[in-house]
Amino acid sequence: MDATSAAYIGMGLCAAGFFGAAIGIAYIFAKTIETVGRQPNAEARVAKYCWIGFALVEAIALYALVIAFIIMP
Amino acid sequence: MADKESPLHHFELHPIIDIHLGGLDLSINKAIIAMWIGMAVVYGLFMVVGKNGASMIPGKLQSMLEMSLEFIKGMVKEFIGDEGMKYFNFVGTLFFFILCCNLIGLIPGSYTITSQLVVTGTFAVIIFVMTLIIGISKHGGHFFSILVPPGVPKIMIPVMVPIEIISMLARPISLSVRLFANMTAGHTVLAVLFGLGLSAPMWIGWLPLGFTVIINGLEIAIAVIQAYIFTTLTCVYIGDVIKLH
Repeated sequence: MDATSAAYIGMGLCAAGFFGAAIGIAYIFAKTIETVGRQPNAEARVAKYCWIGFALVEAIALYALVIAFIIMP
Repeated sequence: MADKESPLHHFELHPIIDIHLGGLDLSINKAIIAMWIGMAVVYGLFMVVGKNGASMIPGKLQSMLEMSLEFIKGMVKEFIGDEGMKYFNFVGTLFFFILCCNLIGLIPGSYTITSQLVVTGTFAVIIFVMTLIIGISKHGGHFFSILVPPGVPKIMIPVMVPIEIISMLARPISLSVRLFANMTAGHTVLAVLFGLGLSAPMWIGWLPLGFTVIINGLEIAIAVIQAYIFTTLTCVYIGDVIKLH
């Protein structure tokens, strides 16, 4: 296997990083829905932190994308 | 990979007007024009419409501007505190400039300057140096107690200080890479979907083209959320060095 094809395989493996972000985003929204269900009048406050957390977790998945770009042949 | 078909092709910059001063390459390209348009939009909205053209009975545009400024004001108050109003101008400008640049990038044919690491990196480094200057000028030598979290036993201090230094230094990196990666990823996904839609046969090609509409809507949301996250984290970092835990 030459270096170029190994780099392509590595780029593919970077997609595994999305697994963790998927779990994280699922957790955030599950907990948000649960919280709003328990206390509907707290929705505005909870939703704000929900979106901040969503963007922070999503960015971690995109770090994997950046690594994929870095090793792109 | 750098051929015409690559989804990263539209991030390449080609000079429109060549300017070379000494060894410096100051060519005008699409990114610079997009940045100028962003500045002009922010200036025009706030100086021409929001300040000089303001009337007692606000119209639709003026109420929108005032509401968004109130929103930023609430954010600054919440994360920095009352003495944070000094930094309201900076945070507000940062938010609207990043937001305008993100949204301008979604117009076909234009360019997203926040998809360049050099732009977001400059923002992040300026914010990082600014927080250091604010902290040192406010607290003097006492500022370095930020490196020791409260309630840590004395024996753990030699372990905690390097960890805190690393986490401080990671802030500008994560701040810049987050915005850059979000913008780059969104536009790459759009380019890939358009490529699929154009290369697929007619009976299935409508599917990826339809998805681009949905992804465009998501991208508008991401543009707003990322500008919000960037300024929120700026406020959190400034608040950190002002309050020292």
